[in-house]
Amino acid sequence: MKKTLTILNETGIHARPASIIAKTTMKFSSDVFIEVRDKSINAKSIMNILSSGMQKGDEITISASGPDEVEAVETLVDLFNSNFGE
Amino acid sequence: MLIGTGASPEIDIRKALIIKNEPLKIKKKHIDNIEKEKETLINALNESKTELEKIKTKAFSELGEEKASIFEAHIMILEDPELIEMTNTKIEGNVNAAYALKETADEFIAIFEVMENEYMRERAADIKDVTDRVLRKITGQKITDLAVLDEEVILVAHDLTPSDTAIMDKSKVMGFLTNIGGRTSHTAIMARSLEIPAVVGLKNITKEVKNNDLVILNGETGIIEINPEEETISKYKELKEAYERDIKALEEMKGQESITSDGRKVEIAGNIGTPDDVPGLLRNDAEGVGLYRTEFIYMNRETMPTEEEQYISYKKVLEAMGEKPIVIRTLDIGGDKKLPYLEIGEEMNPFLGYRAIRLCLQEQEIFKIQLRALLRASVHGNLKIMFPMISSLEELLEAKYILNEVKEDLKNENIEFSQDIEVGIMIEIPSAAIISDILAKHVDFFSIGTNDLIQYTCAVDRMNEKIENLYQPFNPGVLRLIKTVIENGHKQGIWVGMCGEVAGDMRLIPLLIGMGLDEFSMSPISILHARRLIRSLSYEKCKEIANEALELGTAKEIEDFMAKISKTL
Repeated sequence: MKKTLTILNETGIHARPASIIAKTTMKFSSDVFIEVRDKSINAKSIMNILSSGMQKGDEITISASGPDEVEAVETLVDLFNSNFGE
Repeated sequence: MLIGTGASPEIDIRKALIIKNEPLKIKKKHIDNIEKEKETLINALNESKTELEKIKTKAFSELGEEKASIFEAHIMILEDPELIEMTNTKIEGNVNAAYALKETADEFIAIFEVMENEYMRERAADIKDVTDRVLRKITGQKITDLAVLDEEVILVAHDLTPSDTAIMDKSKVMGFLTNIGGRTSHTAIMARSLEIPAVVGLKNITKEVKNNDLVILNGETGIIEINPEEETISKYKELKEAYERDIKALEEMKGQESITSDGRKVEIAGNIGTPDDVPGLLRNDAEGVGLYRTEFIYMNRETMPTEEEQYISYKKVLEAMGEKPIVIRTLDIGGDKKLPYLEIGEEMNPFLGYRAIRLCLQEQEIFKIQLRALLRASVHGNLKIMFPMISSLEELLEAKYILNEVKEDLKNENIEFSQDIEVGIMIEIPSAAIISDILAKHVDFFSIGTNDLIQYTCAVDRMNEKIENLYQPFNPGVLRLIKTVIENGHKQGIWVGMCGEVAGDMRLIPLLIGMGLDEFSMSPISILHARRLIRSLSYEKCKEIANEALELGTAKEIEDFMAKISKTL
């Protein structure tokens, strides 16, 4: 399961959105990864997310594998598109 | 006996607690039982998590959601699957858990430390902070957790950071001792706002004192005694009691006017940084706020505060103080205060650089949001707006022009604001002081900011300990300049206040009364002392004192003259 989107968040993925992403992903048992600028990062790892330095305009691909992979990807896509409530 | 700078009065006798942030020494060891080592790691992570949960709950109820979210982030670092995975992989190579975790943490820290964004670079410190907690658990080295203290202590540290003072258990910390700092450093200001004694600039106190040593701290004289003789202890106990009696006597000053024996009435107000300082104002019977520093709303966060957040803070203070005047200073950022979300760039001389009104006139959006919040809050009390770091008439006119633009915007949006808000400026730059006769025609008040005025007039960096002796509140040049400003203000019929440390300096108050100062704004803790002093003074006599003092040529002569005079008053 895989989906591609563009980051719309004005201030990029700073601490607050990063923690929301990690916390949300933790709820799923699937392994979830975000591909950004040729790097693949673990979406459950706040430090991986933060250190990836995702910025507005970056194109990212969210992928998951496991029993709840479809739901995991859908949820994350919605989250990114919601701009994390900002 | 050690002597430092007495930064907040009162005496305390108590056990010392040293906050040491010595680097942890973690050695690499060969281990055979891999499963046991993994278990050690998981247990330490879980214990640390439980601790952090407690701190988070406490921070939430005492300091609010914003501060608590820092600890939420710390907990997430502990739960980070990559951190655990990478550490476990290292353990599987027969490495002890502590070393494996330390190495993993260092790898992450290295990534964050080279990131472009300053905010992200600072996250490296968070990772270190959290993993150090776990490492101390594994190695059995205890951490001093300021948020959970078992008994009342005097804190001893190299210096205290705003986050130290934010999380510490304020009901258990009875005094501060630090190696560095002066009367205007964060530790000193914090001590006065908490109304606990402090001595700063002790150079080596963290080495001189050991944990659980009995310490006598005299915040008035700056004297420290470590494990003193019984005799000394009882002497100080008496002093402490006398001091407490004095405090009780000061209670009688509450509700009284701040008026000289011959009828010159002045206003004694308080300096504050957040709505949390309001109880201190009320307790000390402040007649208003002479300086509300709004920087704190902007600091220790990752994004700009919204108009609504600012409005709520301003409203809280205005409402709490009823009809009393509240002077709110617009953003004074830059200099030594930086914001992670506002890149100012490195400057050769930040105190002479892009800060305060200079920044606000460039970054007008930031300025306008603050002015909107201030205007909206104005309906809740007696607001006065003050612009900092004005060095020329052009800056003042431009700032006023923007204020009017914002007023027009609000009118068009049918948003209410008070129609008679006084607008004033800080006088803290010599060029403004010198043309204060001209500036006075365009404002409703002046407030003399002595901390910067001394620094700029004498060209002395007040943080530089080597030239500390040149930073002189009694400097005749500075005092003459202050007199000029007061006279120029009065000629145009506006009131003149003062909000620097000098305003609360009992040695200088008679001089300032004599010069005709109308408003004195100081740490709330000094208010009742100042009122008692002023009520004992005669305005006519103070005028003579001021004239005589300003004829003297050196700071030392003026200081000695005032010390001599104070005995006869």
